[in-house]
Amino acid sequence: MLVPASLDELLASVAADTRADLIAGGTDLMVEVNFGRRSPESVISVALVPELKSWYRSGDEVILNAALTYSEMMRPPLCELLPALAQAARTVGSPQIRNAGTIGGNLATASPAGDTLPVLAALEATVVLESAEGGRAVPVGEFIVSVKRTSLAPGEIIRSVRVPARRAAQEFLKVGTRNAMVIAVCSVALVADAERREVHLGLGSVGPVPLRAPRAEELATSLFDWDEGVPRASEKELARLAELASEAARPIDDHRSTARYRRHAVGVCARRAFERARLPDATGRRSVTP
Amino acid sequence: MTGAIASAELSYELVVNGRHHDVNGALAGESLLYVLRNRLGLPGSKNACEQGECGSCSVLVDGVLVCACLVLAATAVGREIVTVEGLAGPGELSDVQEAFVENGAVQCGFCTPGLVVAVHDLLGRLPDPSELEIREAISGNLCRCTGYGRILAAIDEVRRRRLGELP
Ligand SMILES: Cc1cc2nc3c(=O)[nH]c(=O)nc-3n(C[C@H](O)[C@H](O)[C@H](O)COP(=O)(O)OP(=O)(O)OC[C@H]3O[C@@H](n4cnc5c(N)ncnc54)[C@H](O)[C@@H]3O)c2cc1C
Ligand code: FES
Ligand code: FES
Repeated sequence: MLVPASLDELLASVAADTRADLIAGGTDLMVEVNFGRRSPESVISVALVPELKSWYRSGDEVILNAALTYSEMMRPPLCELLPALAQAARTVGSPQIRNAGTIGGNLATASPAGDTLPVLAALEATVVLESAEGGRAVPVGEFIVSVKRTSLAPGEIIRSVRVPARRAAQEFLKVGTRNAMVIAVCSVALVADAERREVHLGLGSVGPVPLRAPRAEELATSLFDWDEGVPRASEKELARLAELASEAARPIDDHRSTARYRRHAVGVCARRAFERARLPDATGRRSVTP
Repeated sequence: MTGAIASAELSYELVVNGRHHDVNGALAGESLLYVLRNRLGLPGSKNACEQGECGSCSVLVDGVLVCACLVLAATAVGREIVTVEGLAGPGELSDVQEAFVENGAVQCGFCTPGLVVAVHDLLGRLPDPSELEIREAISGNLCRCTGYGRILAAIDEVRRRRLGELP
């Protein structure tokens, strides 16, 4: 068991023992351990490495360090900079899970239902990896390669996630049987970026990896009133937006839902996210969403 | 201790409810819940799911509410752990425990220790929570007996008492 107190110490330990399991909040790993699906021979904790905690602004980016917890994502001012991430965080598990679970753990687990993942996809986030040999930056879409598979190499850790902090409307919607403690049946993150004048959609739990919906995004981009900062669409256009988002999904049947329902629901969520989207004014204030 | 093998035994010290405890001969994968209950003789934190779903093992680690079943015990070295046993003096009840008893918020009692810790955490951070904030704060604590009505009544009583609205 090792609890390194600095990033250098962590990287050296990971290099010395590439079989060791990393642990952050433990909310994924400990379930595996408790149920005997994994018996760690050695464990290295990243939770107390100061360089992996918290977040900061750098130019027009926000750097989210790997051990940032869901509870921290929900607090101001971060929740005002990244409202979709805060909304997604609020739907994760319970207060106990949100106090422990981290963004790095969500990325490394790479579950199709990971709730930060569609948000990071819509934000076109970059995952920053580091090893004793050096670092590299990978777009989130390349970091997650398939169900629970990432491009993390032995000896590498997730150091941080970089996301743009531009003026944008952001929404997150998740479908499940309860408001708490629920793994997503499907989810949608929307980012309407006022500087690039583009709407991005990230779809969760409707494919092996978080998906984008390029045709729906194109339509949403053309329907958004960038000067007023509000959506302007007829009922027919909204229905078409939902249809295009549904078409981008690649859902499966499982114990939580049928593929058919997921495909339908993800379209409804995409449409609602678009209807709710409001750009903040120059001071960062958002008009109230209906 | 990088490279320790599964059979290797760990020894470390934990601080629980302000007291130092030696843990000897532990295995790498043991949860804090297991160590509290099976090694330190502190069975107040309950084990009902071992997967973070029920909240009956809720404890505070460095003042933060977490599920003890999801904390790897050996990573809690040097941190301040508070369990339900540490909320009031020996043989005493905290105001939250008392209100649970008085309001009939305890039936089988299995969820109670976790809920009591969660409620102490909530009212410590937010002395006057809204009903939504209360419901959200206990959303990770499952009770299969009470239907939550009496639990909410107990929480409300503590809230009002602490705010001086009740004698
Ligand atoms: C009851 C319950 C409810 C849950 N609800 C949700 C939910 O609603 N939505 C959701 O998305 N998830 C949910 N989860 C899953 C889990 O909480 C999240 O995936 C969480 O983000 C995992 O983070 P962690 O820090 O706890 O990871 P850990 O369990 O500590 O680690 C998970 C994996 O990530 C690796 N890892 C951690 N940090 C790093 C790093 N810096 N670099 C490289 N690898 C790393 C570990 O080695 C391990 O393989 C739930 C879990 C539980 C137990
Ligand atoms: S035993 Fe820990 S949450 Fe159920
Ligand atoms: S009193 Fe029985 S589970 Fe709550």
